[in-house]
Amino acid sequence: MNLSERFTDTNIPEHPEKATLEGKNKFVGFWLFLGGETVLFATLFGTYLGLRHMHGTGPTAKELFQLPTVFLATMILLTSSLTSVYAILAMKQNKIRAMQGWFFITLLLGLAFLGLEIYEFNEYVHEGHTFTKSAFSSSFYTLVGFHGGHVLFGCLWLISLLVRNWSRGLNLYNAPKYYLFALYWHFVDVVWVFIFTVVYLMGKVG
Amino acid sequence: MSTIASHKKRSGLMDWLTTVDHKKIGIMYLLGGLFFFLIGGIEALFMRLQLIKPENDMFVGETFNQLLTMHGTTMIFFAAMPILIGFMNCIVPLQIGARDVAFPFLNALGFWMFLFGGIMLNCGWFLGGAADAGWTAYAPLSTTSAGHGVDFYILGLQISGAGTLMGGINFLVTIINMRAPGMTFMRMPLFTWTSFVASLLILFAFPPLTIGLFQLMFERVFDANFFNADNGGNAIIWEHIFWIFGHPEVYILILPVFGIISEVVSTFAKKRLFGYSSMVFATVLIGFLAFMVWVHHMFTVGLGAVPNSIFAVATMAIAVPTGIKIFNWLFTMWGGKMKFTVANVWALSFIPTFVMGGVTGVMLAIPAADYQYHDSYFVVAHFHYVIVGGVVLGVFSGLYYWYPKIFNRKLNEKLGFLNFWLFFIGFHLTFFPQHFLGLLGMPRRVFTYLTGQHWDTMNFISTIGALMMGLGVIVLAVNMLISISSKYKVTSGDPWDGRTLEWAIPTPTPEYNFAQTPLVRGLDPLWVEKSAGNKEMTPAEPVGDIHMPNGSILPLIMSIGFFIAGFGFIYHHWLVAGVGIGIGLICMLLRSVIDDHGFHIHKEEVEADLRGVKA
Repeated sequence: MNLSERFTDTNIPEHPEKATLEGKNKFVGFWLFLGGETVLFATLFGTYLGLRHMHGTGPTAKELFQLPTVFLATMILLTSSLTSVYAILAMKQNKIRAMQGWFFITLLLGLAFLGLEIYEFNEYVHEGHTFTKSAFSSSFYTLVGFHGGHVLFGCLWLISLLVRNWSRGLNLYNAPKYYLFALYWHFVDVVWVFIFTVVYLMGKVG
Repeated sequence: MSTIASHKKRSGLMDWLTTVDHKKIGIMYLLGGLFFFLIGGIEALFMRLQLIKPENDMFVGETFNQLLTMHGTTMIFFAAMPILIGFMNCIVPLQIGARDVAFPFLNALGFWMFLFGGIMLNCGWFLGGAADAGWTAYAPLSTTSAGHGVDFYILGLQISGAGTLMGGINFLVTIINMRAPGMTFMRMPLFTWTSFVASLLILFAFPPLTIGLFQLMFERVFDANFFNADNGGNAIIWEHIFWIFGHPEVYILILPVFGIISEVVSTFAKKRLFGYSSMVFATVLIGFLAFMVWVHHMFTVGLGAVPNSIFAVATMAIAVPTGIKIFNWLFTMWGGKMKFTVANVWALSFIPTFVMGGVTGVMLAIPAADYQYHDSYFVVAHFHYVIVGGVVLGVFSGLYYWYPKIFNRKLNEKLGFLNFWLFFIGFHLTFFPQHFLGLLGMPRRVFTYLTGQHWDTMNFISTIGALMMGLGVIVLAVNMLISISSKYKVTSGDPWDGRTLEWAIPTPTPEYNFAQTPLVRGLDPLWVEKSAGNKEMTPAEPVGDIHMPNGSILPLIMSIGFFIAGFGFIYHHWLVAGVGIGIGLICMLLRSVIDDHGFHIHKEEVEADLRGVKA
């Protein structure tokens, strides 16, 4: 099959993301990359855990965190992971419009999450929890900010994928790209689960 | 297959700037690494000249601090690593029977990021002073260092580190996915195996460095408080993060060299490598233990007896797989038909020298004793025995061994021996006395000393040795330069009567490496075929169209973008930083939206090449 030939319902491979050598390479390479990303975030978590009680004259985690907002953000991001699963399922059935629709919802949810995070950071800054305030604040913003940066990058990535391929249909060339994005998005989601637990829940209980 | 995209042949400089061919990228890595090796070597010579006599005033204080910092940083990140990644690029795809690496574009990007990172680091020399906080950049020394030297260190390493990470992932995927039929994991040549494990270490060790550098940068540029004790920070966190990266880093350097030694010793002993599976096992075990020992750099921090003991035992445990390797090399030679070529002599000299470095390593692994050795010249002697006596001797062995494959020229053996003896004797003269200087109490990283402490003679000898090493490197440079002459051209693709797949390829290596993917029928696949009376590999496929990746200028532009952004961050010009990052992001976007299907080399062209080789 030609790389840029549209899939039909009959000739779509079972795993379109891994049907070519390039696809297989990307698949393995991206999993490895996520392994490296795991260590990257582990280092950030380690630093945060070492410094989270060092709030100096600034507010403590307990005083600062508003669980309802964070819970809402968590739900939004978890749901966006689910919609990206639906998108990939649609991709494997060659339902291009359904895939685009689910990805579009994923994008909106990602942007909503970012909006909430910006709102949250803005609140914290007004309460005196600035980046330079204490070791706690520096490590908090770096950890959560790195995650937020990943979400932002994911949104930009998804926009460019959707725009570029809007009228092209699925083929061996772009299927791996969608698939990798979904992998990335799940990873960002999993990191958030840890942030929710380690930063916010543990912050609330002291 | 009907996609035959137009294949633009670029020539000259443009070809090198846009190439995604692993062989050309490998050459650029090698030459770039050797260039920085010269710079780092000059810095070392300056330090040795300063220390030639007591109370010398050639390079004092600040300047000496910059020299020692830049020497370490340059040698580790911009000389040793790129040279080894250069070998991996040139050799690994050939050894596994692949036509290219998994991600040729990423490969080029990794190279350009390394180069611009190295340039960025060295920009400090010309812009108000280079980094001066040691290659380890311990906080708070690094966070409070005046001027922009440490900023150049941070941004330079950040840019090149990202490139290295890409390289690591690339080799992992190449080795996992692109081995020729029959090339099972347990048939892979040792250099491929050690490159594989070193790449795994890169994958898991570089992200902590990335974060550490970000934290350092945030601390210096945005007044963060990770390491600032005044605001609740903790400087020990930097030491942990740095050594969680830093210890695997030294194994990233030495593992590929273990691979080189294995190849060279086995080729020139005309024997299959003794204990192949135990060599693989030892390599993987060393890779695993590499992550378990970082605290031995921090024994004197005061973490307590229990952590110190645990990490001491883990450190000593590394001596076991390393010992396995040493004995396997010795047994490979035993009863072999030894040929003492320059490549082999480098490899043979590596073995006792590296063992000496290993022995002092075990001495340093004892925490109670380490309190005495810590920060003394004993440590300097130890790590130069493993890095120069290990990595550099191995790299030179690999250079003489693979030179015909990489450059289609043979290095002059007479000059090679001169190169070897000057460097080898010079090396031991330089570093052997340093053990005793350390035991006599001479501290490292100090620019001068007083007479009357029995240090004078040994420091003098050490400097003379360093000058000899310098002469040796000049001889190597001359040797490489005269090899450009067509007199040194090799005609055979297999000048050493080799055993592994890279020697099955005609010289010069075609763009597509293998006209037909070879069928691998055992360990040392070429040797298997030679033993069966075949002149060449048995092909695993008929001659056909070969798919190739397109070259691209984007990796270069992207690296320039990040280079510009680095200056923006260093000088707090946010517009410049934004423009630089923007250039990088736009290049990524272009790479994403412009379809790149590569091109095909037609069957007829391949057949013509094949006829040319046979004629």
